[in-house]
Amino acid sequence: MSFYDVIKKYEDFNIKEYLENVSYEDVEKTINKENLNEFDFLNLISNTSLEYIEIIARKSQKLTKRYFGNTISLYAPLYISNYCTNKCTYCGFNKENKIKRKHLSYEEIEKEAKELAKTGIKHVLFLTGEAKELVSFEYIKNTLIILKKYFKSISIEIYPLKENEYRKLKNLGLDGVTIYQETYDLETYKKVHLEGQKKDYFYRLDTPERVARAGVRQIGIGALYGLSDIYKDAFFSALHAKYLMDKYIDCEISISLPRMKYSESKFKPYQKLDNKKFIQIMLAFRLYLKYIGINISTRESAEFRNNLIGLGATKYSAGSKTDVGGYTKENKSTPQFETDDKRDVNEICNAIKNRGYQPVFKDWELII
Amino acid sequence: MDKLILGEKEFNSRLFTGTGKFSDKSLIKPMLEMSKSEMITLALRRVDFDMPQENILNYIPKNVTLLPNTSGAKTAEEAVKIARIARTVGCGNFIKIEIINDMKYLFPDNEETIKATKILAKEGFIVLPYMMPDLIAAKRLEDAGAAAIMPLGSPIGSNKGLQTKYMIEILIENCKLPIIIDAGIGRPSHAAKAMEMGAAAVLVNSAIACSENPIKMGKAFSLAVQAGREAYLAKLAEEKKYAEASSPLTGFLFEE
Ligand code: SF4
Repeated sequence: MSFYDVIKKYEDFNIKEYLENVSYEDVEKTINKENLNEFDFLNLISNTSLEYIEIIARKSQKLTKRYFGNTISLYAPLYISNYCTNKCTYCGFNKENKIKRKHLSYEEIEKEAKELAKTGIKHVLFLTGEAKELVSFEYIKNTLIILKKYFKSISIEIYPLKENEYRKLKNLGLDGVTIYQETYDLETYKKVHLEGQKKDYFYRLDTPERVARAGVRQIGIGALYGLSDIYKDAFFSALHAKYLMDKYIDCEISISLPRMKYSESKFKPYQKLDNKKFIQIMLAFRLYLKYIGINISTRESAEFRNNLIGLGATKYSAGSKTDVGGYTKENKSTPQFETDDKRDVNEICNAIKNRGYQPVFKDWELII
Repeated sequence: MDKLILGEKEFNSRLFTGTGKFSDKSLIKPMLEMSKSEMITLALRRVDFDMPQENILNYIPKNVTLLPNTSGAKTAEEAVKIARIARTVGCGNFIKIEIINDMKYLFPDNEETIKATKILAKEGFIVLPYMMPDLIAAKRLEDAGAAAIMPLGSPIGSNKGLQTKYMIEILIENCKLPIIIDAGIGRPSHAAKAMEMGAAAVLVNSAIACSENPIKMGKAFSLAVQAGREAYLAKLAEEKKYAEASSPLTGFLFEE
């Protein structure tokens, strides 16, 4: 069984119509429940539930504290190559874009790692575009080996791999894989992914399961809000997370809500996810999926991120540079997207502390 | 209160606390003072040796015994590795084995826990295994060389109290080792109840760390644990008194 079988079950279900008919009573019932179902999730992201947002926020805060304590984990991204052979219409790294490209050599990766480690960051997420000749499995593997010297937890956000490749990386110490479906809507997916392996919706959709079967501890999923209908993408990301959490109980699942940002692609979003909806969706994730990790990147502004502390978020990226070579500042490339929160690690730590939370740098011990 | 002895070490307090989940690490010291707890658990995965202000060890007074745990381990092999690292970095001989393969309820894996206990006890660790209350597993842990048994009251962080009460009573009745209730204790009244039942100690983390005032809550738990222990000891005395009554209720059966 694939998660696609779950999606198919809702083929004739009209989310828009359902959301329009959510009553105050429905929302109240949902709020008072301990275990929510998928319709409760929808009740929470409806316009009707906006009137109850404060109560929902308090419930989310309570649940988050119960499972994660008064803490926020920190990590940083490390872009190692922005060459890409794909044509995703919304992405700054799209092969058609005339941008400054850079592919780090192993020496350069080591330099970047050293520089980033100086900030105190212990958990790193390294990213590449999809250019299999240049960014080969061998290159990914060696990058992992280099980063192990400087960080305690290493995750990747790269093109989908085969199960045995994930297993090889896991045995070398890989701790997490982030793989966004971008959009769960098949039609839209086909329209925005024009070339390369990424065209294959189904291969991408089943990637988290290959990761789980390979025994990697953490899996991050999500949709890129703005590509397609935001309600539909929120709904299916929640169901996807639930599906994975139920099927692979030994994996830690986390979810993100990246919003479309300005990039070199100059893509016009289909629909905008505003701050209120963003928060509604985030709170709904927490109430529906109690144990889920919720990841907030520096795509969001400093002020907005400050306000999200204590509402349900559990992981923050800090001091992020989204250009290749960004930490050493030597011949930088064009960034994948513009970051909004430009504070350094220290400033973010202080903001977290000011809200009564403890920033956590290290939450993993590499024993390999 | 009577002393608790674990691996030749004496403890005046039967309340064990934890270092995780605090809003600020500097709350740990005053919390320990007010709760009088003498044993504190810490996840090795969280110990950050590179930055002094981040290193949790710098926030724990020297008179408090460290109970490093193997959080993050999914197999006996991993738990053993973590325990060895903990000892090498100076966390002492105590180790709480925590092997979890269920990220939803965080239930412990008894089978792997027994394996790890066997190996670590042989290496001279004072092993406190976190386990699912199951009598057979508890007996195997005894044989494997554990110093105490730590059954869960309810899932970690759930604050649901002693949902496994009956199973724990069975362990208390049938095990030679001290039974320390770990996980699920959300209120001082839960802790008192556990101690009244005859638990040797309780471990409380979230309920203290995540409360509005962890220092005050530490004190509340300390009092509850004391009250529960005294009640347990008093009850014992009472039962004894009945047993030694000078005129037995059924004595007539044996009269000529
Ligand atoms: S989204 Fe990824 S695969 Fe698509 S163009 Fe950008 S970097 Fe390449």
